[in-house]
Amino acid sequence: MLRLEGVSAAYGRIQALRGVSLEVPAGSIVALLGANGAGKTTTLRVISGLLRPTGGAVYFEGRRIDRLPAEAIVRLGVSHVPEGRQVFAELTVGENLILGAYARRDRQKIPADLDRVFGLFPVLRERRKQPAGTLSGGEQQMLAIGRALMARPRLLLLDEPSLGLAPMVVREIFRTIRRINSEGTTVLLVEQDANLALQVARFAYVLQTGQVVLSGPAAELRQNEAVRRSYLGY
Amino acid sequence: MTEGQLLSLAQQVVSGLSAGSIYALLALALVLIYQSTDVVNFAQGELAMFTTFIAFTLLTWYGVPFVPAVALTLVFAFVLGYLIERIVIRPVEDAPVLSVVIVTLGLYSIFNSVAGWVWGYVPKGFPSPISGGTIRFAGLTVGLLDLWILGCALVIMVLLHLFLHRTTLGIAMRATAHNRTAARLVGIPVGRMLSLGWGLSAVLGAIAGMLAAPKIFLEPNMMAAVLLYAFAGAVLGGLTSPFGAIAGGLMVGVVENLLGALVATELKAGLAFFMILAVLVVRPQGLFGTAYRRKV
Repeated sequence: MLRLEGVSAAYGRIQALRGVSLEVPAGSIVALLGANGAGKTTTLRVISGLLRPTGGAVYFEGRRIDRLPAEAIVRLGVSHVPEGRQVFAELTVGENLILGAYARRDRQKIPADLDRVFGLFPVLRERRKQPAGTLSGGEQQMLAIGRALMARPRLLLLDEPSLGLAPMVVREIFRTIRRINSEGTTVLLVEQDANLALQVARFAYVLQTGQVVLSGPAAELRQNEAVRRSYLGY
Repeated sequence: MTEGQLLSLAQQVVSGLSAGSIYALLALALVLIYQSTDVVNFAQGELAMFTTFIAFTLLTWYGVPFVPAVALTLVFAFVLGYLIERIVIRPVEDAPVLSVVIVTLGLYSIFNSVAGWVWGYVPKGFPSPISGGTIRFAGLTVGLLDLWILGCALVIMVLLHLFLHRTTLGIAMRATAHNRTAARLVGIPVGRMLSLGWGLSAVLGAIAGMLAAPKIFLEPNMMAAVLLYAFAGAVLGGLTSPFGAIAGGLMVGVVENLLGALVATELKAGLAFFMILAVLVVRPQGLFGTAYRRKV
């Protein structure tokens, strides 16, 4: 469904990605692991069109997308839940969700999708009229995911959904991620917590200083000595 | 204080509200642009003046009836604002603040001199559907023109509020002003929203100009003082709050009128600067604004 071929990217003169190749098959959850600064977030930014790569190519469903503007990529079916949630803090929860569907043409189907998001995250329904900035961290994460779902993505890019959240909230969010996946949305997950990521993902890539250094089925990586020592901590 | 004095004070307040509603419209235009692009548009007043001259030309040179002339002017203002953002402002978007200030000052000067060249500096009357009569209400004698200005301004403000809060396009414009990255991620064409914001601001300015012109006469420098008061209103209300811009503009109008009536007309000119300074010293974020934070 998604394929990166030798993608390089840079922030000014700082090289962030050096020839990253990876693949996300339709229907799967794929995890992207690595330390801080390894290039995980940059990879997602390149896919969603926030950052133009300096080399290589990105294909989504066979179509090359690395030259497209971000809004065109959303319209093709790729939604990015960014690091730090990035909800519209001054807008209400309801307005945030409506904007999630901005790129869509089938306006009449929006109420049904709103119901679906409220079904996944009932707390958002209660907070519908509240400014998003007044939500707790976990609720903001739910809103960020819900907003992304309003675009009806076939591929969901999640950047550190567990960051700064209490363990119970994290469990709830990951349960929902699994459910979203089982309902047909492919997921590419960036996660610091490798333990957690390898539990939900089927396949994983490990990034180090902008390169893929290791990849394999999640079950295999869990057994891998180097992964255990560097990322799992046992 | 006698009843007569009280009444004359009340009348000053009403005519202050009328002037203030024009400041409020222009302050609103300034805030819309400042919120979304972090640009303080010094050319806002000249844009208003220029578009008002367009209306004047349609009305008096070409004999277009009032309503279509106003409608055409608003379309012209929208396109002008839209194109200015796209052509002049976008290239300097990431330039230092001072460069952007110079650019808007340049626009100020260009519109001012072009207007002088085309229409000359002799003040002209501007027709208004409401003439200079008065109406007596609760013992007050109120100018019909003042009521007309205030009423129009209020209607425009309500329409703007509905647009920004009830339509998807309006909500998307607010979202873009607050968080550009997130706006791009949900598929909002950010560049187009910024152009739309400038177009909308130019429309507000044109309305302010056309409402003000019957009172202060039409000439290339007519908006200089108005812009100053609008700045005072915007700063007073907090540059980040549309509601604050309205409240601030109205307050400036009332204070200006009362000061002129009760103390000395000569002091009016210094008032705007005094208010700007006082606000910046005491409460930099304005009465209704949120503390300034840099957008990344």
